[in-house]
Amino acid sequence: MCLGVPMKVVELDPPVGELGGLRCKINLSLLDSVSVGDYVIVHAGYAIERLDEKVARKTLQFMSTLSSPTPDTTGFKP
Amino acid sequence: MRYMTEFRDKELARGMAQRISSLLNGRYYTIMEVCGTHTMNIFRYGLKEILPANLRLLSGPGCPVCVTPTSYIDQAITLAHVPGVIICTFGDMLKVPGSITGDTANSLERLVLGNVKVVYSTADALSMAEANPDKKVVFLGVGFETTAPTIAASVLEADRKGLGNYFVLCAHKTMPQVMRSLVEDVGARRAVPLQGFICPAHVSTIIGSRPYEFLAGEFGIPCVIAGFEPLDILHGIHLLLGQIVRGEARVEIQYSRVARPEGNPRAQAVIKEVFEPCDAEWRGIGVVPMSGLGLRSRYRRFDAALHFSVPAPKTREPKGCLCGDMLRGVKTPPDCPLFGGTCTPSHPVGPCMVSSEGTCAAWFKYQGENK
Repeated sequence: MCLGVPMKVVELDPPVGELGGLRCKINLSLLDSVSVGDYVIVHAGYAIERLDEKVARKTLQFMSTLSSPTPDTTGFKP
Repeated sequence: MRYMTEFRDKELARGMAQRISSLLNGRYYTIMEVCGTHTMNIFRYGLKEILPANLRLLSGPGCPVCVTPTSYIDQAITLAHVPGVIICTFGDMLKVPGSITGDTANSLERLVLGNVKVVYSTADALSMAEANPDKKVVFLGVGFETTAPTIAASVLEADRKGLGNYFVLCAHKTMPQVMRSLVEDVGARRAVPLQGFICPAHVSTIIGSRPYEFLAGEFGIPCVIAGFEPLDILHGIHLLLGQIVRGEARVEIQYSRVARPEGNPRAQAVIKEVFEPCDAEWRGIGVVPMSGLGLRSRYRRFDAALHFSVPAPKTREPKGCLCGDMLRGVKTPPDCPLFGGTCTPSHPVGPCMVSSEGTCAAWFKYQGENK
């Protein structure tokens, strides 16, 4: 029940989010100053938080490192 | 980038599982994923099949439908029979059997064509109240901190609009308090033996990491807030085992692209404006002090239980059902004599089989293996 999906904000008045070509009305009242182009996590019609794209890319990059058989750079070894 | 499918890469998942395996180095550990969405995704993406057998994953009490007491379902069914009432609910609640016997339907599903409506958001319920001024719309307020601000926001909007026909039947619950009840000995009930917690993604997005700090500080249990995608879960497990192996205990955030230590202050303020903490009954667990959210006095007029004064019947659990132990992670579905026989997703006996996020439903659907 706590599922939330990342949507890109494509319109603000009224707020509309987009995911994979699908658009739906979203409520932004739980967030401060959202701009068009921002990614937000939408749960039950409400955007509950922003998604930081830079951090997302860093996390993915780190996951690749973690997945590779060469030693990782996390500072701890198995 | 969709920030979703990228976190489902099979090859990366296999590599990460191998890394987890070498980190374990043959040792046995038990960790708990508290949230039902984690449980469901662990099964859906086959993570147990690629994770080493010496890592035991327990499912916790984080499935809102599962922990909602039968008495609440009975209240909702009773309300659905009151003339002029429209019940609005998230779809997950429909199939949960209540304990009312006789001629009345014993789940909300049978009443769907009548005055029980499935909605996606509280906004839909509000619109329904506005469109039907001669009816009384009751929203079934079930869920954790993720859902609570959306329900609180609907109450505030109904207040602003002066809607006199919108009500909430409140059964919201909060996670940190029930997590305490799992790691503490309560009377004869012993603490669940576990070495770490995978904390929920979106509950934590709202409340932040601080409310879990007592688990690390007071109980020495490491915690990691992990996203719901399969790579997030594996990354979270790796971080958690890292802490366990090094003998550390703190609250880490794996889901840092969304969740922050302070959470979402605006959502917290909305919850705090409308709700206050109260004791709450968790199905199978019992009453956990201050683990629920009730409407504050200035919003009591939106309280369906007060407005309609529906009695909360005493909860009667189905005979032989082990959902209570399942929700505390001390039993797994194959331990239950009803599992897969009398109790299946099409004829669920207990709540863990009803909700798609329930441990039993996930085991049944994905041919639950024996870890």
